[in-house]
This record gives sequence, C-alpha cells and structure tokens, in this order.
Amino acid sequence: MSDAILPRQGKTAHLTRPGLAARLLSVWRDANWIQRIALLVAVLLVIAAIFAPLIAPHEPTAQSLIARLRPPVGFDRFKAGYLLGTDELGRDVLSRCIYGLQLTLTLAMLGACIGLALGGSLGLAAGIFGGVADDIIMGMVDSQIAIPFTLIALLMLAIFGSSIEVMVLILGVYGWEQYARIVRGEVRKLMQMPFIEAARAAGATGYRIAFRHVLPNIVSPLVVQFTLSISNIVLLESTLSFLGIGVQPPTATLGSMVGIGRDYMPTAPWIVVAPAVMILLVTFAVQILGDWLRDRADVRLRDR
Amino acid sequence: MLAHVARTLVKSAVTLFVIATLVFLATRLSGNPIDFVIGEGITQEDRELLTSYYGLDASAWTQYLRFLGSFLDGQFGLSFVERRPVSEIVAERVWPSLQLLMSGIGFTLLVSIPLGIIAAIYRKSWIGSAILTFAFIGYAVPNFVLAIFMVLVFSFTLNWLPVVGSSTPWHFIMPTIALSGILVAAMTRFTRNAMLDVLSQDYMRTARAKGLPEHVVILKHGFRNASITILSVLGLQIAGLAAAGNVVIEAIFSWPGIGDLLVTAAIQRDYPVLQFAVLAVAFAVVLVNAVIDTAYAYADPRIRLGAA
Repeated sequence: MSDAILPRQGKTAHLTRPGLAARLLSVWRDANWIQRIALLVAVLLVIAAIFAPLIAPHEPTAQSLIARLRPPVGFDRFKAGYLLGTDELGRDVLSRCIYGLQLTLTLAMLGACIGLALGGSLGLAAGIFGGVADDIIMGMVDSQIAIPFTLIALLMLAIFGSSIEVMVLILGVYGWEQYARIVRGEVRKLMQMPFIEAARAAGATGYRIAFRHVLPNIVSPLVVQFTLSISNIVLLESTLSFLGIGVQPPTATLGSMVGIGRDYMPTAPWIVVAPAVMILLVTFAVQILGDWLRDRADVRLRDR
Repeated sequence: MLAHVARTLVKSAVTLFVIATLVFLATRLSGNPIDFVIGEGITQEDRELLTSYYGLDASAWTQYLRFLGSFLDGQFGLSFVERRPVSEIVAERVWPSLQLLMSGIGFTLLVSIPLGIIAAIYRKSWIGSAILTFAFIGYAVPNFVLAIFMVLVFSFTLNWLPVVGSSTPWHFIMPTIALSGILVAAMTRFTRNAMLDVLSQDYMRTARAKGLPEHVVILKHGFRNASITILSVLGLQIAGLAAAGNVVIEAIFSWPGIGDLLVTAAIQRDYPVLQFAVLAVAFAVVLVNAVIDTAYAYADPRIRLGAA
C-alpha cells in the first residue's frame, strides 16, 4: 500500500522501536523504589495465583479435626506444616489464602475484561454515531453514575442468588460507565482530526475507522482505567463476599475468608489477618501500578 | 440560573424514573417472589392466596402502574419477613444512618481539607509528600479491612472501644473512621489538586503583590476559588462512596441503619424492603447531587448571572 513512499527498513535502524527486553529495562530504571516493590509484589501474587496447586502446601478444603485453630509459626501450639496456622475446621490458612487469591484475581480479570468490552463498545458507538445513540448511551451513563453500584449489586444478588456466574456478571457490569465516558470523549476528540477525515475520504467504512484508526489511539487511557478498575473490582468482590452475599462457602475468596474469620477474631485473629493482609497487598500493588501508568501516559501530571 | 435549576430537576426526575423502572423490572423478571421466600412445603392454594395478597397476580403493566402509583400515595407494601409496612421499617433506619453519615462527612472535611491545603502549599517539601503518601495508602485500604483491624486492636486487644451498637459517643469512633478512610484519602487528593490549580493562577501573584498576609491569600483568594471544584467532587464522589461505605460499615458494627437493613433484606430475599430501601437510598443520592449541582451553579457567577 503506502509502504513505497516510506524509507525501507534497515536504513532507519535508529527509528525502529527497541526490543521488549530493552523497553522493560528502561521502565524498571524509571521506577522509584515503591513502584519497583509494587511491581515485584504484583508479579509474585500473579505467579502464586497461577501456580496455586503447586505452591499451596495443603488442599484448601482439607479439614483436620486434630489441627483446629492452630496459630501461625512462632506462637505456642504451632503445628509444623501450617505456616499461617489453621482455621476453625483445621484447614490450612496459607493454602486457603493462595486459592482465595487465585479466585479473587480471576474474578477481577474477568470482570475488568467484560467491563472494558461492554463500556468500550458503547462509548465507541456513542462517539462515532453521535445523535440519538449518543443521547441514549450517555443518559444511561448519567443514571449509572447517579446510583451507587453497591445497591445494584445487592439487588442482583438477592434476585439471582449468589453464585460465581452472577458475581462475574456483576463485576463485569461494574465500571462500564467509566470506560464509556473515556472512550466517547477520546473518540469525539479524534473524530475532529484530519487523519480521520483523510481515512473517510479514502473510502474507509465506519467499522474500519473505528477499529483501525480510532481504537489504536485510545489504548493508553484505557490501559490506565483497566488497571485502576481491577483494584475497584477486587474491593467490590471482597466486600460482597465479606458480607456473606458474594461467593459462597466452601469456595473461598479473600473477602469471604475475612467475613467468616470475623467470628473467631478474639481467639484466633490470624484467620482474619492473613487474608486481610493479602487483600491489602493486591489493592496496594494495583493502585501503585495504575497510578504509575497514568503518570507515564499523561504528560500534564509529570510535575505533580 | 432558573433554567439551570429546571434542567437539573428534570434530569434528576428522569434518573429516578429510570432507576424505579429498573428496580421494578429486576424484581419481577425473576419470577414469583413467593417461591423464593416461602420455598417448598406450601400448598397450591396457599401459594395463590399469598400471591394475590401481595398483589402479584395482576398483569405486569397493572403491577408497574401500581408500583409507580405507590410513590404518590406512600403505600409501598408489606415486608415478607416482618409483615409490617415497608415504609415504616425503612423510616426507623433513617436517623441512625444519617447520624453515621454526618459524622463521617464531618470528620472527612475536618481532616481532608486542611491536609489538602497544606499538601498543596508544601508540595515540594517532605510534608507534602508525606500527606500524599498517606492519602495514597488510605485510598487502597478497603473500609471493611480498616474496620476489622481497628476492632482487633482497639476492642479485642486494648479493650478501649465497644464493637456493636450506636448508643454512646464511643460507639461512633470506629464506624466513623472506617467510613471516612477512603473519603479522607480521596478528598485530600482532590483538595490538593484543586488548590494546586488555583495557586498557579495570576490573581494569586496579584494578591501577594498587593501585600496581603499569606493566610488571607491562601484562604480567601486561593481556597475560595478551589472550593467550587471541591464542592462538585463532594457531591459526585461522596454521595456514592458514602452510600456504599454505609452498607459495609453498618453491617460490621451492627449499626441499626439502612445499610444494615439492605444487607439483611438481600440475604433474606425480602423484596419489598429491598426494593424500597434501594429506591430510598437512590432518591437520597440523586437529591444530594441535585442540591450540590445547584449550589455549584450558584457559586459560579458565570452560571448564576448568565443566561445558561
């Protein structure tokens, strides 16, 4: 196509993008120590979640009546092999935390992807078609912003019952309006640009303009929103599970472990503390990484 | 100004109508609620009797119109569990929730606005970055985790504060802090950013050049202009965050408010209560947003005096 008028590769070695390894290295060099720790924690958490069956010392649901309510390592009555102690049914707290982390992160990723697809395509439609479609979609966005999502989640859980599928649905819908707003705003800005007009003049279809010309230009705000939304989704999921209306036992997420362990707080606080610290690690890491991405994506914020 | 108020009112009304319709659809789409609540072990006759008792045998349209009509005559039906008027059950819960909310918002403003202003003034020094780090950490701590850690330390370890109930001022301390945690963090960041935008304006330099004392420059010329932005954020963010926070915090501390009621109703599948409580909270949030939007318009002379 238009390659002919561009200089051949090889002659433009200084213009080609550096390899992935080099880029990762430069990202690492730019980071401050907090961001480096967050990155390491995030990588460790993801690895732990993916390889949960290999890492966890016990089955998450394996009960042991003789090893109930044992404290973590370093306390009296510690039982070897149960690093973070055991819960009221003699289940290994560490193993349950790792499996809980796996489910929490899986739900968060699924939810964030669904939200991105749903909100992104609605925002794209609103921005490209404008007119009535824009009015309807933005009206929906306004209504969604006006009502706290926790209420919708409570309503949906009461009606459809608590199950993993319903949780994925709820977490997927959560935050769609943010994507829709961002995408619509960016698209409307882009549609004024000369290169879109040029594409249209060249006979490109609306579909082609949307996916080949507009979408690549709005990737960076979307990546930032995606990262930050994972933190919000983890919060919502663990809150609902904590309240006992999210994921149901014996399946555990970090939130439901805190919720159930609450009853044993005076005598066995480790049942609560371990998953609570795990939740904090996840939200901290994701928030720091999201903020970092936003700073890198937005030059205007550099000075702050 | 009048046109702006009218537009805000219409927008709020449309939002409420959409919410009411969605709530109605959601609760009716799932089939006959009697089946969920009573479950098995009920004769067909009793089932029909209950269905007609709760008005569930009418056509969907009739039910929808009756549902919308209930906004006018205030009859929102009976609770499946308590067999009392829903409006009565919810009304009892309003005051405790409001108390906690006001305590939380008051605490938030008292802490976050001074912190935000200080962080903006000293943004290059360690004070500024310390406040920013604090706000950042606070924003990543889920409020139920904060509540759990506070209960562990102050109730079970130190025995200083009570866990359950709302009768004395001591009972307010932990729920208020747990509710405000994320709000304080968010508002500190917003206040700081709003102040930073204002501090770099030309009129700030003019005010200093006039020889005004620094605190007058910061508070009267700086903060007053930043307050418009802060006000709008207060409405948009706080109403939603606080409503969501109230649900969790009230459930943890057995606070007798609407949030606790919502969770109980969701677990018991008490649809009439859930429906009405959701609508009541949504109504409150939309109302607060409308009021703040109007206050925002009033504070901005371009809207107050202009034709817009």
